[in-house]
Amino acid sequence: MPALPDRHGRFGEYGGRYVSETLVPALEELEQAYASLRKDPAFKAELKGLYRDYANRETPLYFAERLSEHLGGARVYLKREDLCHTGAHKINNTLGQILLARKMGKKRIIAETGAGQHGVATATVAALMDVDAEIYMGSEDIERQKLNVFRMQLLGARVHPVESGSRTLKDAINECMRDWVTNIADTYYLVGSTMGPHPYPLIVRDFQSVIGKEARRQVLKAEGKLPDLLVACVGGGSNAMGLFYPFIKDESVAMTGVEAAGGGLDAGPHAASISRGSPGVLHGKKTYLLQDELGQVREAHSIAPGLDYPGVGPEHSWLHDKGRASYVAVTDSQALEALQLLSRLEGIIPALESAHAVAHALEVVPAMPRDAVVLVNLSGRGDKDMPAVAEYLGVEV
Amino acid sequence: MARGKKRIKRCLDKLSAEGRTALVPFFSVGDPGIDETHDAVLAAVDAGADIIELGVPFSDPMADGPVIQASSQRALEAGTSLHGILEMVASLRAKTDVPLVLFGYYNPFFHYGEEAFARDAASAGADGVLCVDLPPEEARGMVAACRSNGVDRIFLLAPTSDDSRIKAVSRCSTGFVYFVSVTGVTGARSSLPTDVPAKVARVRELCDLPVGVGFGISTPEQAHAVADYADLVIVGSALVKTMHEAGAARCAAEAGRFVSDLRRGIDG
Repeated sequence: MPALPDRHGRFGEYGGRYVSETLVPALEELEQAYASLRKDPAFKAELKGLYRDYANRETPLYFAERLSEHLGGARVYLKREDLCHTGAHKINNTLGQILLARKMGKKRIIAETGAGQHGVATATVAALMDVDAEIYMGSEDIERQKLNVFRMQLLGARVHPVESGSRTLKDAINECMRDWVTNIADTYYLVGSTMGPHPYPLIVRDFQSVIGKEARRQVLKAEGKLPDLLVACVGGGSNAMGLFYPFIKDESVAMTGVEAAGGGLDAGPHAASISRGSPGVLHGKKTYLLQDELGQVREAHSIAPGLDYPGVGPEHSWLHDKGRASYVAVTDSQALEALQLLSRLEGIIPALESAHAVAHALEVVPAMPRDAVVLVNLSGRGDKDMPAVAEYLGVEV
Repeated sequence: MARGKKRIKRCLDKLSAEGRTALVPFFSVGDPGIDETHDAVLAAVDAGADIIELGVPFSDPMADGPVIQASSQRALEAGTSLHGILEMVASLRAKTDVPLVLFGYYNPFFHYGEEAFARDAASAGADGVLCVDLPPEEARGMVAACRSNGVDRIFLLAPTSDDSRIKAVSRCSTGFVYFVSVTGVTGARSSLPTDVPAKVARVRELCDLPVGVGFGISTPEQAHAVADYADLVIVGSALVKTMHEAGAARCAAEAGRFVSDLRRGIDG
């Protein structure tokens, strides 16, 4: 497979740079700054140090023995991104990009957030580097994720509620683009997933690839062989891309991205852009989108706010079309069941997003041979979701 | 198409010969309804509009401020589609020779199909297309489809555009180029940046096409000032707001009054 994206920021027909003219020079500047930074030994050393001492890397690859026994099939490993500082994989990307922003001399950071995990990870690194952070978040997500809003504020960030459209992640991204185009001279847009215009899908994938690099090394050490299957949830797709990318050339390793089927793919609203969407252009890139036949973007739905996005990173669209990765969807209720099962069997409460990946593993692992190895990316921890889960289970907390 | 000189060029050449500046109102098509937009366009033409921009609504208008965002949402809720807009174009074309430019975000055009769109736009009588989020690098298909159907393709230039961008954008544009006066989204501003005239002058040195200036212009006084250095003065959000406040029954008349005030501002 060729090294992608190509110089036009394309993964096959996907990706690209669909932005208004005002932003084109800023993206070119970002592309150049990143190209020189990624080769800089001092930058690499600084990031490695922050990953180790600040973000708590490397994260363990944990053999989930009781879960494996319970399922009676393949041996299941969990990549414990939930143990990262701030509680999810998002910090891998924000640490890398804040160093990039500093190198570019930008003193003001903006970011979108859905679940609030990227917002918290951005507010965290902004505090660390002493720059201003302003976070855009849909007002519906603010309601669902009050704790993360408070965390961002405690860390010194300003949280702007977004009242337009569906008042979720999609609209928060629109507002970020509007802020960026207005304040382009001094502002760095810290994109939180493998999406947006080129070079963001590349930058975010690179910084998240630490997940797959570690996991590949760890599984080889633990099992003496490569895994048979990788499983990760996909909203924008950064934790999945981070896990998948270092395995792409290992053709024996199957990869499955798990989208959010919400209330059900047929019953209704969901966030399964690849499973049920079609190619289109939104937020700077061409990719699979949930949209009507006229090209108007539909509202997504998932119980997991981090998956509640009607698009997907362009590289996932390409991996899907090429058949290198497959994409499935699990419902809200499957994810909730998986969350409870993992909590009771392993003492690990996953984020609702990550519970989608676990739910798919529950489906496929029992039919796999006992010596097969499955690696599930546990991208975040579930603390932030406790009010929503309790409400769904009818428990007053 | 067996057309002679294209409508946009014909219009701008004539105005240039008369030493006048083109007034270009932007309509958010379908807000409150497509029939109201149709009538408002005719009223604007009667009031002295030279070229009309027809905004194609999109669910995620990232380059727009609150006024056009809200208007786009109303237009979509009213069932506005690119197909319906092209039908309106055909109906307008039967009544007026004013140049009509479709202005929107790429995804609805992509879904229509670039070739099908350019063909249908040309046969309906549309003269140009501008997709806000389709810079020249991504526009090869659209440019080819427009060229073979005789539709002008208009691209944006921005305050952030350097000489090489100005040249690249000029090369693939026809009709005119649209200079975005401010770094930011659409919407009225109390004043424009002071360096706009100098930036437009630089565009003129590097580009042979007429230069339109838009974003932020809302009053006859601003229009007058911009007309000093622009070939086209483009006014959007202020008109959309005026029409919305007027309500369905009065919006065409108010559009006419608004445009005639701008006309006097420019010519005065």
